[in-house]
Amino acid sequence: MPAIPLETAGIYVAAAYIVFLALVLVYVAIIGRKVGRLERELGELEQLGGEPSRDRQR
Amino acid sequence: MIAATLAILRKDLRVELRAREAVPAMALFAVTAFVLFHFAFDRDALDGDVAAGTLWITLLLTTVLGVNRLFVAEREQGGLEAMLLAPIDRTAIFVAKAAALFLYLVAVEVVAVPAFALLLLGPDLLGSLPALAALLLLADLGLAAVGALVGALAAETRAREVIGPLLLLPLVVPLAIAGAQATEPLFTGSGAAEDLGRWLGLMGLYATIFVLLSVALFDFLLED
Amino acid sequence: MYGRALKPLALATAAGAALAFGLIFFYAPLDADQGFIQKIFYLHVPMAIVALLGFLAGGVMAAMHLRTRRRAWDMRSYVAIHLSIILAVGVLVTGSIWAKASWGHWWVWDEPMLVSFLIIFLLYAVYQPLRFSIDDPERQARYASVFAISGAAFTVLNFVAVRMAATYTHPRVFSQTGGNMPPAMFLTFLVALGAMALVFVTLWTLELGSKNAAERLRRARRHLQREADGREAGLGGEAGRPRPAAGAPAAVSVSAASAPTPAPR
Repeated sequence: MPAIPLETAGIYVAAAYIVFLALVLVYVAIIGRKVGRLERELGELEQLGGEPSRDRQR
Repeated sequence: MIAATLAILRKDLRVELRAREAVPAMALFAVTAFVLFHFAFDRDALDGDVAAGTLWITLLLTTVLGVNRLFVAEREQGGLEAMLLAPIDRTAIFVAKAAALFLYLVAVEVVAVPAFALLLLGPDLLGSLPALAALLLLADLGLAAVGALVGALAAETRAREVIGPLLLLPLVVPLAIAGAQATEPLFTGSGAAEDLGRWLGLMGLYATIFVLLSVALFDFLLED
Repeated sequence: MYGRALKPLALATAAGAALAFGLIFFYAPLDADQGFIQKIFYLHVPMAIVALLGFLAGGVMAAMHLRTRRRAWDMRSYVAIHLSIILAVGVLVTGSIWAKASWGHWWVWDEPMLVSFLIIFLLYAVYQPLRFSIDDPERQARYASVFAISGAAFTVLNFVAVRMAATYTHPRVFSQTGGNMPPAMFLTFLVALGAMALVFVTLWTLELGSKNAAERLRRARRHLQREADGREAGLGGEAGRPRPAAGAPAAVSVSAASAPTPAPR
């Protein structure tokens, strides 16, 4: 089959690579949200009876 | 183990003969599906690949119905707990369930295939019957193994009516491929299948893999 | 323990990805038939291979879980499958784009790899619903492992079946992955494959690290909660017992749990 012109091909190739990038970024964002939740829980845990939090000591 | 398997199988078959929960429903489902296909295609007689596809899809969807019934009744009435308390091999439960499903499928096909020939099939069935029977029996073997595994897997979930079919349908794609491809030349009128051996081989491979997998994994589904 | 591996992994991934991009767009020659559009190959095929290996690895890890009964193996299997599902979406979308660009249709049935991926994706799409509709965590891990092992075996079987169907009905097979690639293209492909594998392993480690931390946090929290409750109920009866925390009054813990957490700094 004849090769399609570079301009159109470029759009398709770019689209494919952007799809991949977007997938990875969405994934990292989801993990980021989980880490955020982790941080919040850790904060609560600190209050619950772990080490007295720093600003209370000051 | 063989005695235990036979005992469970006999119990399942007796329940089925008395209550008639699975096989009549499956047969009815298959025949109704043929009627639907007649109207959907708007054709009085099918042949070739369309006929092969219709028959196989109907039979595979019918299996879904049987698989859903396989463990649900057991769980509702607490039969499984009793079986687990008994000092028998867990594999016996799997073999019995798969054997029951196999027999259900054969029984359904004894009704559904003639019904298909009567209602929809254009070419004569008789010439292609031996090859078709071999295909169906081998497919039933694979379906029984996969069905018992999926049935046990889905029975413990909250949404088992949904999870079971959703799991089973992608898993039977290889059987649909082999079945439809091998049956198509049988239904074109010429009657002779050229590549029958290769598709029978695929079905045999499928059955072997899933029988081995199910035997190896079934114990883990029935712990506790 | 996952966190320590993450830094070298991330660096290697970044280097690998940069090298792969460089080779794909500046080194590999233009394909004689397909032209520029063939550059999707270096993304699509490595993604497919890595996703496939991810499903298989998930099955092996699930087998390890059933054998050793360690929850960690189930977590590893879960994360590998979860990542592979995401990559499979990428495989389907990029394959679809490629099909549109070179054959004018968004979907082609005579591409066995693409069709196989659709079927496998449809199967594994049920993995998470199955997992999360089982309440008991121990049983959840066990059932998910059985699914993962069956799924891995099915993946291989399915590829055989679809390829048989494709070669039978469509004698002309597009040789995307064609054996006789020029060496420059093949090298680029190998580097892209390595980079994709690194991306997978890095993300896998990242998610496992976060999952592991969450699990340990939950355990610590339960432990502390029980201790705090015990202190309240026993009214100092357990005072002699060593505590991990130097005596924070029980009343504080109760009020702090309900009050909004102050910022750490």
